[in-house]
Amino acid sequence: MKENFIEIKHVKKEYPMGTNKFVALKDIDLNFSEGEFTGIVGPSGSGKTTLLNIIGSLDSQSEGEVIVLGYEVADLSSSKSARMRSENIGFIFQTYNLLPVYTVFENVEFPLLLLRINKNERIKLVTEALKWVGLLDKIKSRPSQISGGECQRVAIARAIVKKPKLVLADEPTANLDADNSHNILKTMKKINEETGTTFIFATHDAKVIKYLKRKITLLDGSVAKDELVNGG
Amino acid sequence: MIFKLALKNILGAGLRTWLNIFILSLSYFVIIALQGFFVGWQEDASREMKKWDIAGGQYWQEDYDPYDPFTLEEGHAVIPDELKKLISNEEALAILISPATIYPKGRMRNIVLKGIAPEQNLVELPTTYLENQDEEINCILGSSFAEKLSVSIDDYIVLRWRDKNGAYDARDIRIAHIFSTTVLTVENNQIWISLPIMQEMLGYLDQATIITVKDENYHQEITGWEYKNLDFLLKDLNNMIKAKTIGSSMMYVLMLFLAVLAIFDTQILSIFRRRKEMGTMMAMGMTRVKIIQLFTLEGVLHAILAILVGAVYGIPLLRYFKKVGMQIGANAKDWGLSGVTDALYPIYGWKLVVGTIIFVLITVIIVSYLPTRKIANLKPTDALRGKMTKKDE
Repeated sequence: MKENFIEIKHVKKEYPMGTNKFVALKDIDLNFSEGEFTGIVGPSGSGKTTLLNIIGSLDSQSEGEVIVLGYEVADLSSSKSARMRSENIGFIFQTYNLLPVYTVFENVEFPLLLLRINKNERIKLVTEALKWVGLLDKIKSRPSQISGGECQRVAIARAIVKKPKLVLADEPTANLDADNSHNILKTMKKINEETGTTFIFATHDAKVIKYLKRKITLLDGSVAKDELVNGG
Repeated sequence: MIFKLALKNILGAGLRTWLNIFILSLSYFVIIALQGFFVGWQEDASREMKKWDIAGGQYWQEDYDPYDPFTLEEGHAVIPDELKKLISNEEALAILISPATIYPKGRMRNIVLKGIAPEQNLVELPTTYLENQDEEINCILGSSFAEKLSVSIDDYIVLRWRDKNGAYDARDIRIAHIFSTTVLTVENNQIWISLPIMQEMLGYLDQATIITVKDENYHQEITGWEYKNLDFLLKDLNNMIKAKTIGSSMMYVLMLFLAVLAIFDTQILSIFRRRKEMGTMMAMGMTRVKIIQLFTLEGVLHAILAILVGAVYGIPLLRYFKKVGMQIGANAKDWGLSGVTDALYPIYGWKLVVGTIIFVLITVIIVSYLPTRKIANLKPTDALRGKMTKKDE
């Protein structure tokens, strides 16, 4: 397991709010190793999503240093940052964010198109990913034709299809019922265990917490607790 | 890849896409159809004017200025030998012009009296009716002018003129024929009589004001006469058509505006509707440049598909218009449409078609690019939030 897979040093994030500034993250110091199955938990407004976005280079910190897979995120240009995400990071969102006009197959195929992977390889990888999430029978369906749980499984397949080193999942079970949530979490846990992909969640769902190996609790933008759980 | 994605996106949008495409195709069609009618009108009017009035060009006596009535009495001279030869070979035609007055039904009206050889066949004017019998002076005039004067064939009107010595004389002239023409320059306020008779009446033997030549390439310097080529002679007509074209262009600019608005609206709507989609694309690693390319290409594909859809219904319709024309009928002259016969027949040149396509394409590219650039410059997190209303924040 690679140490210092992600390094977060004295990170502060401020948002302008009128003439004042809202501090979303205060002096965060964290390290993540490869293969972790970690959750950033905390109430709404505690800074979970902000931290996840900074790790995923979707946002930048106001102060401090964030090194992801050896890249100093703040130093990356827009195109280099896009390339890093394309090659190394998979995202799972609370609202699935599937592309509505594409089929399940095309949605999962999309990240591979960005990597310019050839057609045969794409078909192989997409089939493999959909097999992981148990949706091989829905490849021609559109997002509007499948359930919420299935949409989230498509989103997982899309996140893992390119075999990223890191998957960032923002409240992946928030819109799902208990059964679907457990299925999704089991799927992600299985992927984590079998492929070694690092998973970092932002969540306040108790169901997710049961599956985590490490739990980082944020309160008002600060790390309140960082603990190994469930035998992690 | 971008092309396939763009195509998939617009085809996947279903009815919205096809509505935009239809509106855009309509703008292509209307622009080409309207412009085709104007090109056709211009061609038609030029052809008619050559047939009825100016043939291949004209020599004007140097003092003659059609816009200055005072020059009409002075603007005449002996026909030069070079042109006489052409006239005898039926390759030129002499016209003498003089102001005169007529008294139809007891009313006085100042007119332009024109003398033309009855035996000429260079222009369409039915001058054979001018051959006089029984010492009568026959005249011909256009139907619109005859209507204004309330005269008809075989009516007699009093004609008064001033001869070369300044002496006034008058005679009854017989209306031998009323011709119908669309060329206002041979009709407005004009009465045509036989050239030899007019020369004798005015005392301007062997003289003319204008010599119309058949061959548009014939051009010799002749002292005392100024050569006017077709470009010059058609300038007024072309200017008039141009003015009307500009006026009418407002309509197709409006059509284009509506079409562009549809595309612009689609793209602007995309900022709100598809912000999240773009945020997702950014999160998956699509670069800003690729996103701009994708969404601009979607706009361009709308325009290209509109060409195909427009071609499906437009080509048969444009062909139909070309075959039957636009019926104008007797109202043409009331509308000031000089040179138009009973119908307007459009002409669709490749320049018109290609020009319209390029014009619409460029417009669509611009209105697709601008809002897309705005979206692509959003921070991925802002795009992902997909804020549509304040509630969502």
